[in-house]
Amino acid sequence: MDSGDASGYSAGVDDDYESLLSTTDAELLKRAWRNEKAAPEILQHETALVQRSREQIQLMEETVEEFSKNGVDPLTLSLYQMDLDRTLFLLRSYLRTRLQKIENYAFHIQKNTDLWNRLSKQEQKFAERCIDDTEQHLDQSVLSKLPHGFKSHLKQSSLSLADDMVPEPQLDQYVICRSKKFLGSFQLDDSGEEPVNIEANDLYALPYKSIKPLVESGQIDLV
Amino acid sequence: MANQSDNSVAFSAAELEFLAEDEMVEIVPNMRMEPLNLISGDFGPFRPQIAAQVPLWLAVALKKRGKCTIRPPEWMSVEKLTQVLEAERDSEKFQLLPFHYVEISRLLFDHAREDIPDIYMVRSLIEDIKDVRFHKIGTGLEIISKEVTYALRSCEESAGFFNKEAYTDLVTLVLIS
Repeated sequence: MDSGDASGYSAGVDDDYESLLSTTDAELLKRAWRNEKAAPEILQHETALVQRSREQIQLMEETVEEFSKNGVDPLTLSLYQMDLDRTLFLLRSYLRTRLQKIENYAFHIQKNTDLWNRLSKQEQKFAERCIDDTEQHLDQSVLSKLPHGFKSHLKQSSLSLADDMVPEPQLDQYVICRSKKFLGSFQLDDSGEEPVNIEANDLYALPYKSIKPLVESGQIDLV
Repeated sequence: MANQSDNSVAFSAAELEFLAEDEMVEIVPNMRMEPLNLISGDFGPFRPQIAAQVPLWLAVALKKRGKCTIRPPEWMSVEKLTQVLEAERDSEKFQLLPFHYVEISRLLFDHAREDIPDIYMVRSLIEDIKDVRFHKIGTGLEIISKEVTYALRSCEESAGFFNKEAYTDLVTLVLIS
């Protein structure tokens, strides 16, 4: 029952076909959860994966119900239930971590189309409601009472050039990561540092900014 | 709540244990059970006295109900650990140990006490290894400065790991100070 091999996975890693085939949905969900937790900014929403996981969970719930009606031995039943609980936890935690990031950086995400497109439809609705509520709250409680040049919730004062009241995620935060394959020489940033060899399965502590493209294409995992 | 850790440390201890529980261990069941088709994979069938590979959470659950004994992983013997400790003290690099060795050993100590020979020796060796590694991480991190993009390589051999939770704590501490 290797339900859900990674056929919907879009990264262009053709030479690793075999290892992709052996990655079950459970593994993919765990990976997505880990990456999301460790990354400072919000990552691409894995819609297909979430959808498949939901279906599997539903199927499992029905199976468990059937089992309990048919009087299958309680040990087996409790083991199935445990597995179900673990998968549910992963899914919930994944979605909740994303929601937390949306809440923290709602204004920033709305301004940035690239980030906005990483959200799912429901997350976008959530983000909009969040923004409206926060704006309204700030306005009613404080901003409307401030002098004229200071009423915006995006800028500190009407003299600010940028939207400096909007919190942004720290992209140069260090993250610990690991690559599955040898990636060869990799330029860390533009400051003229020598390129670093990224070997398979070694752990690295790097600023998130440097490896952003690799995380997005799925070549590096955050830990 | 599924998201109890706050944002300054990426993973809480409970979440790390959750990750560690997916590692495979060997068990020797004392009963017979049909194959299990779980979301995380298919396991079984289980027959008495025939060893089987299962995830740690499954092994602990079975152990709690007295349905199996857990065979300690091969890295968890007194000889192996003493070797690792010596090598750890002598070299600057980190030694080969499973990624979640702390969580795995803790779970086994708590639930499978009688299955581990010389448990007190093993426990104190693991504590020592942990301390030596912490120390190494600490000195290594003092070299990193924020202006320089620095890739800290943690080990030479291609499959060496160390405790991520401790590492994150230290990284946060050192980079904030």
